[in-house]
Amino acid sequence: MKIVIEFYASLMKYLPPGGRRFRRDIKVDEGLKLKQLIEQYNISDEEAHIVLVNGHFVALESREDHVLVEDDVVSIWPPVAGG
Amino acid sequence: MSWTRKLLRVDLSKGTCTSEALNMDWAKDYLGQRGLASKYLSEEVDPKCDPLGAENKLIMATGPLTGTMASTAGRYSVITKGPLTGAIACSNSGGYFGAELKFAGWDMVIFEGKSDKPVYLVIQNDKAELCDGSHIWGKSAWETDDILHATYQDPQMRIACIGRTAEAGCLYAAVINDKHRAAGRSGVGTVMASKNLKAVAVRGTQGIGNIDNVDAFFESTDAGKAVLAENAVTGQGLPAFGTQVLMNVINGVGGLPAHNMRDVGFAGAENISAEAMAEPRTSDGKPNLTTNGACFGCTIACGRISTVDKTHFSVKDKPQYHGASGGLEYEAAWALGADTGVDDLDALTYVNFLCNEDGFDPISYGSTLAAAMEMFEDGVITTKDTGGIELKFGSAEAFVAATELLVTGEGFGKDLGLGSKRLCEKYGRPELSMSVKGQEFPAYDPRGIQGIGLNYATSNRGACHLRGYTVASEVLGIPVKTEQTDTDGKPELVKAFQDATALVDSAGLCIFTTFAWGMDNIAPQIDAACEGDWSVDNCLEAGERIWNMERLFNQAAGFTADDDKLPKRLLEEAIKSGPTEGQVNRLGEMLPKYYEIRGWSPEGEPTAETRQRLSL
Ligand code: SF4
Repeated sequence: MKIVIEFYASLMKYLPPGGRRFRRDIKVDEGLKLKQLIEQYNISDEEAHIVLVNGHFVALESREDHVLVEDDVVSIWPPVAGG
Repeated sequence: MSWTRKLLRVDLSKGTCTSEALNMDWAKDYLGQRGLASKYLSEEVDPKCDPLGAENKLIMATGPLTGTMASTAGRYSVITKGPLTGAIACSNSGGYFGAELKFAGWDMVIFEGKSDKPVYLVIQNDKAELCDGSHIWGKSAWETDDILHATYQDPQMRIACIGRTAEAGCLYAAVINDKHRAAGRSGVGTVMASKNLKAVAVRGTQGIGNIDNVDAFFESTDAGKAVLAENAVTGQGLPAFGTQVLMNVINGVGGLPAHNMRDVGFAGAENISAEAMAEPRTSDGKPNLTTNGACFGCTIACGRISTVDKTHFSVKDKPQYHGASGGLEYEAAWALGADTGVDDLDALTYVNFLCNEDGFDPISYGSTLAAAMEMFEDGVITTKDTGGIELKFGSAEAFVAATELLVTGEGFGKDLGLGSKRLCEKYGRPELSMSVKGQEFPAYDPRGIQGIGLNYATSNRGACHLRGYTVASEVLGIPVKTEQTDTDGKPELVKAFQDATALVDSAGLCIFTTFAWGMDNIAPQIDAACEGDWSVDNCLEAGERIWNMERLFNQAAGFTADDDKLPKRLLEEAIKSGPTEGQVNRLGEMLPKYYEIRGWSPEGEPTAETRQRLSL
């Protein structure tokens, strides 16, 4: 199935080649869990500080059970702040 | 020095400069900078005074840590009664000016009265003198800085001044120091202009002394720097990406207001984000972001130094803007960009340069322009009013043209200088001003992020994220993540952030340290530098005291619980799409509890018991 990944700021280095800026369309197996996706790209738990699926925050402890579905947008940031 | 124990009193009406002992009894209760200067203001100024009258005072104040080796300890604030709000105003700035004032031997400078002709103040250590400023009146802040540096031939001299926007009466004019740093909000620059005070130039060579416990100070400041270096936000994120990293985050979580807060979510956000600032552009292969920069003594270095594309329409005939200068921070990029619908990074960067060059607050300006754009779309404002500018959301050309008018207050620029509240009242649409107590919102939508709405509503200087940055917890998970659309626990969160921030400001530290430091990192540094007991508990109590004192000033100025409110749009017009679809701000669920835990009456007034507990 197709999903969109967005790796921002210092995590852009983990993006596969191709595509634009921080966003890539990728194909993944049905039933893939969020935690598995993050691991596939070798992003550590410390780095995957803010993880959104379709704009909704998913806490570290919930990622193992979170099953991704077609057209999900997964956005990941390292610890960041500003203001 | 921690406290120099000396303040400089400048009577602009009489033209005198007098040294005075710092009130150390007050210093032990209010620490310094924001807290201590607000205490002086509360004692010396009638809260009902005309902010632009001679009876208002303007204070430039350092904290006891300003100028020391504590990380980020270069900060000073400008404290006055603000003309945009009529409330107490305190605008904080970094750069080098604050530390230099301390090196010259002064904790603060109190300006009172009004000069009958333009003047500037020169401070060289103990010597302070008012000089004729007629040759710099009418000049931009950048020109003023250059002229004074040429006059005194001392590159180490630090200058804080106003530009032409303040002279033109814009109600949200800033005080600019070191060319790229601003005491930006609430119109403190407008008050400076009203006193005919163009600039303060300072040079100090007296170094640092008066540290209460030198060994403990070395130890605690070293430990604090290690924490900042090891923390992912202060050690890596902020220096590399700056505050602008938030553009995509806040848009992603459904918290980015757009088009005068009519919408939440901006399709062009990524084009004006930190990631976009780092991309090479086609014309010269260089990115917008040239490098990062730091304020005095800062080991974080979040500042942005940028260039505009030389071929861009805004600067192609203006080579004076082709060099690197202060770049976009998140709040500015939001107000100038998302709120006006403009996603042209070069136009935004150019206008950001103008904000520094002539001294005006990009947040209030962007929001005021956005309100004007909405009224233009509604046909309330027409090209007759704007002098021919098609003031449409998303038009970079209109945005640049309007800003150039604002700088000198010409034509429609005069209207834009009123701020959104007065502008919307003038054109008969008061509900379109996105402000609290007359000051415009920063870059977080209170419908998508509940706690920040309560903070905006209760902020003592009008809508402001820097009075209690609950976004750290509600979105960024610092120190712990809370659910952004919940109201439970938010009154407590808001109070904790507000009190801690008041203390950090009053020490002379940068609030960005608190992404890594807790009060247990901060209190030991203050305690080592200053006499008295500055334990964690005492620091937090001082923060609470300062907050309540500011509240009491506003109460005496005529503010009531009725002013702790948000615009109807944010309470009734639900977010139309995205992850926070359907949300409005639920202020009514939070405000009574907030008053209760603050020890205030249901009418929002600190009770006698609370005042006694805090020695107010
Ligand atoms: S963190 Fe940024 S704003 Fe704060 S003192 Fe350092 S450079 Fe200045």
